[in-house]
Amino acid sequence: MSRHLAQRLGQSLLVLLAAFTVAFALLQALPGDAVLIKFLDSTMGLTADQIAELRIAYGADAPLWQQYLHTLGNFLSGEFGYSIRAGVPVARLLAENIPPTLLLASLAFGVASLLAILLAVLSQLGFGWVRGFARSMPPFFVAVPVFWLGIMLIQVFSFQLGLVSVIAPEPWEELILPVLTLAVPISAPLAQVLIRNIDTVLNEPFVAVARAKGATHAWVLWRHVARNALPSTLTMAGVLFGELLGGAVVTETVFGLSGLGGLTQQAVANQDVAVLQAIVVLSAVAFVAISLAVDLLLPLLDPRLAVRPAGAA
Amino acid sequence: MKIDIAPRLAPAPATTVAPLLEVEDLAVRYASGGSVRRVVDGVSFSIAPGEVLALVGESGSGKTTTAQAVLGLLPANGAIERGAIRLDGAGISRWPEKRLTALRGARISLIPQDPTTSLNPVRTIGAQIAEILEIHGERDRSLIRERVLDLLSRVGLEPAEMRAGQYPHQLSGGMRQRVLIAIAVALRPGLIVADEPTSALDVTVQRRILDLIDELRREDGTSVLLVTHDLGVATDRADRVVVLRNGAVQEAGPVRQVLAAPRSAYTRQLLQDAPSLATPRARPPVSGATGIALKVETLVQEYPVPGERGRLFRAVDDVGFEVRAGTTHALVGESGSGKTTTARCIAGFLRPTAGRVLVGETDVACLSGEPLRQFRRQVQLVFQNPFASLDPRQTIAGIVEEPLRNFEPIPKAERERQVRAIIERVGLPDSVLTRPPAALSGGQRQRVAIARALVLRPRVVVLDEAVSALDVTVQARILELLDELQQDLGLTYVFVSHDLAVVRLIADTVSVMRDGRVVESGATEQVFQAPESNYARELIAAIPGMTDEARKAAE
Repeated sequence: MSRHLAQRLGQSLLVLLAAFTVAFALLQALPGDAVLIKFLDSTMGLTADQIAELRIAYGADAPLWQQYLHTLGNFLSGEFGYSIRAGVPVARLLAENIPPTLLLASLAFGVASLLAILLAVLSQLGFGWVRGFARSMPPFFVAVPVFWLGIMLIQVFSFQLGLVSVIAPEPWEELILPVLTLAVPISAPLAQVLIRNIDTVLNEPFVAVARAKGATHAWVLWRHVARNALPSTLTMAGVLFGELLGGAVVTETVFGLSGLGGLTQQAVANQDVAVLQAIVVLSAVAFVAISLAVDLLLPLLDPRLAVRPAGAA
Repeated sequence: MKIDIAPRLAPAPATTVAPLLEVEDLAVRYASGGSVRRVVDGVSFSIAPGEVLALVGESGSGKTTTAQAVLGLLPANGAIERGAIRLDGAGISRWPEKRLTALRGARISLIPQDPTTSLNPVRTIGAQIAEILEIHGERDRSLIRERVLDLLSRVGLEPAEMRAGQYPHQLSGGMRQRVLIAIAVALRPGLIVADEPTSALDVTVQRRILDLIDELRREDGTSVLLVTHDLGVATDRADRVVVLRNGAVQEAGPVRQVLAAPRSAYTRQLLQDAPSLATPRARPPVSGATGIALKVETLVQEYPVPGERGRLFRAVDDVGFEVRAGTTHALVGESGSGKTTTARCIAGFLRPTAGRVLVGETDVACLSGEPLRQFRRQVQLVFQNPFASLDPRQTIAGIVEEPLRNFEPIPKAERERQVRAIIERVGLPDSVLTRPPAALSGGQRQRVAIARALVLRPRVVVLDEAVSALDVTVQARILELLDELQQDLGLTYVFVSHDLAVVRLIADTVSVMRDGRVVESGATEQVFQAPESNYARELIAAIPGMTDEARKAAE
C-alpha cells in the first residue's frame, strides 16, 4: 500500500510540474507582457528608455529558460512573486481570495450532492410520475446557463419575493443564491451517473439473489445497490469539485462576490502573469489533491480495487 | 443376533403425500414495447416433499420464467396471466409482495445460475450469508456469527473463520457457488429452486457441486426444482423430469421412464442430440495417404504475473501434438488448463515463449508483419459466442466477404459469387445475405461464423468452444455440418472444448490438458475407453448422464 501511495504521489508531482510548465509556456507566448501593458499607458508619460529599465528590474529581459528556472525555484520555495498590477505579493492576493471561493465551492458541492442523492432516491422509490420527474430533471439542469440562472434567482427571490436582500446582506444570506446557482448544474451530471449506476446494479444477478433471500426493495437499494453505485459517482464528483474551485468566475461576477473567480478575471484582463501562473498551479494542486483523495477512498468502497500486498494469492 | 436393516427409502407414490409445490395451468406473459408475448402457456406439475424435479428445455422454453414465477420474482414486464402456484396448499401466486418477502429465503430459496455475478462484490462472504438470517428477524450478533461459520463448514468452505472475511473476488467459481448454496440452505427451506446451478462451472467442479446439493437436501429433506438445459444432469440428479418447449409441457414422468421410452417426438430428438447420452458413432478412418497438417512441438507460453516483477506464470508448458490432414484433434481441459492459449498460438495471435508451431512447412512462431498476415488465410478461427463475434453493424454478406477483400484482388461479382456459394454450403438461405446478425438465431450466426472462416479455403480451422454456447439440438446440427464440411473439403480441425461428450463425437485424436501440460493423448475412443491418467478418468467420470457401465469402466 505504501509503495502504491508513493507511486501515486510521484505521478501527482509530475502532473504539477507539467501544469506549471505548460502554463509558463502559454503565458510567455502571449504578445506583450505585463510591464509593457502597465507602463505604456500614456498617462504615465514614461519614455522608452525608462520602460526598458523597468523591464530589466522586473527580470523580463532575461532568457526564457532562466526565467523559467527562476520562477520554478521561487514556486518551490513558496514564493509566488508580485502582482505587477496591484504591486502586492501574489501570496497575499491568494490568501484573501481562496477562503471565500473555497467556502462557496464547498457549500455548492454539498448542496449539489444532496440534490443528486434526492433525485436518485426519488427515481427509484417514488410513484410513477415522481420517478419520471426525477429522471427528467438532470438533463434540464444541465441545459440551464449559469449566468441566466443566477440573474433569474436574484430577480425572483430578491426583487420580487424580497426573501433574500441584495443590499447589505448578512454573510450567510449573501451566499444562498450563488450556492444554488452553482449547485444546480453540478448536481445534474452527478444525479445522472448515480441514477444510471443504480439502474445497472439493479439488474445484476446478485440483486436477484438478495430478493430471493426475502429482502424488500428498500433493503436491496440500501444494502446492495448504494455501495456498488457509488464508486464511479465519486470519481465524477472529484472532477466536478475541482472544476467548481477554478470555475466560479461567472457566478462570482454575477453576484459581485470576491474570490478566485474575480481575481482570475482581473489577472487575465491585465495579463498579470505572476498571478495567472499562481492560479493555474493552484488549480492543478486542487485537482491533483482531489483525485488522489478519490483514488485512496475508492478501495474502501470497493475491495476489488485494493492493491494486494505482494506475495498474496 | 438381530440386525436392523433400514428399509430402502422408495419414493412414496404421489397420491398418498400432499405435494409441497403445485403449479397448475400456469401462463406467464411479457410485455415489451407494444407487443405481448406468452412465454409460459399452461404448465402444470407438482413436487412432493423431498423430491427432485428437473425442468428441462432449451433456451426460450420458459423453464427459467417458470422458476421465477414460483419465487414470485418475474421481471417487471412479466405477469402471471392465469393459473395457480400453491405451496403447501396455499395459493401464493396472488400474494402481495410484502407477504412473499417473508416466504422467500425462509420457505423457498434460490441457487442461481452464475456464481461469478450472483454475490455482491463489495461485501464479505460472511456478511452475505448473515444477511438472510437478518432479513428473517435474527438480531443476536453472536448467534448469527456462529450460524454463518456453521454454514460455511457445512458447504465445505474451510477454514470458515477466514472464508467469512473474504470477498467474492478472492474465491473461485466453485467456491462462490458453495457460498450461494450455504445461503440457500441457511433457513432449511422446504423448496430450493436451482436455476442451472452448474452451467457456468467446469465439469469436475459441477459434479462436486451437484453432489453437495444432493447431500444437503437429503439431510434436510428439502425438495428441489432443478432447472437445466442438460439432460445428462437431469438424468443423474432428478426423480422426475418435465420437458418444456415453447412454454408448454412436452412430456413428464419419472426420469428412467422418460429416458427409456420417450413419448413425444421432441423428447426423442433431445435425447438423440444430447452428446452425453448419444452413443459415439465410429468415425470413418481417414481416407487416402495424407500428411501432417499441423505439428506443435515443445510449446511454452509464459506471462508475467501482475504485481510481481520478474515472476512468470507458465500457461502452456511443453505441449506437443500432431494432427493429420483431414482429421480433428481436440484440446480438452477445464478453465485454466492452457487449451485456449495453445489455440491462440496456433492461430498466430500469440507469439510463444518457446517451441514451434508448424502449419505445413511454415513455423508460425517465427512470423511477423506481412508474412504473418498472409499466413492467417491458412488458419482460421471460429469462436464460442456467435452473438459477440459478428459485427452487429455489418450485413451477413459484408461479414463473409470481408476476409476476401483483405486477401484477394478479385472483382466484386466473383466475390459475391463465392460468398453466395459458401453461405449455401453452410446451409443458410440466400435471404440472410442482406440481414444484420441481430436478425439471426444463435445457430444461424454460428453458421455465418463458419462460412466466414471457410471463405478463404484455409488448411486448418481452430474451433474455440465453437458449439459450447448452443442448445443441444442446434449443437447437434452444427456438429453434423462441421463433419460434412471436413469430409467434402478435407479440412483439418483443432477443436478446443471443455465438453468431453462433444469431443467424443467429433474428434479423431485428443490431448487432455491440465495446468498447461498434456496429461494424456491418443486416439479418442482409446482415451475414453481406457484412460491411463487419473485426471482423464476423473474428467470422464464427471460427464453428467454417462451410463453407469461407461462410468464404471472409466473409474
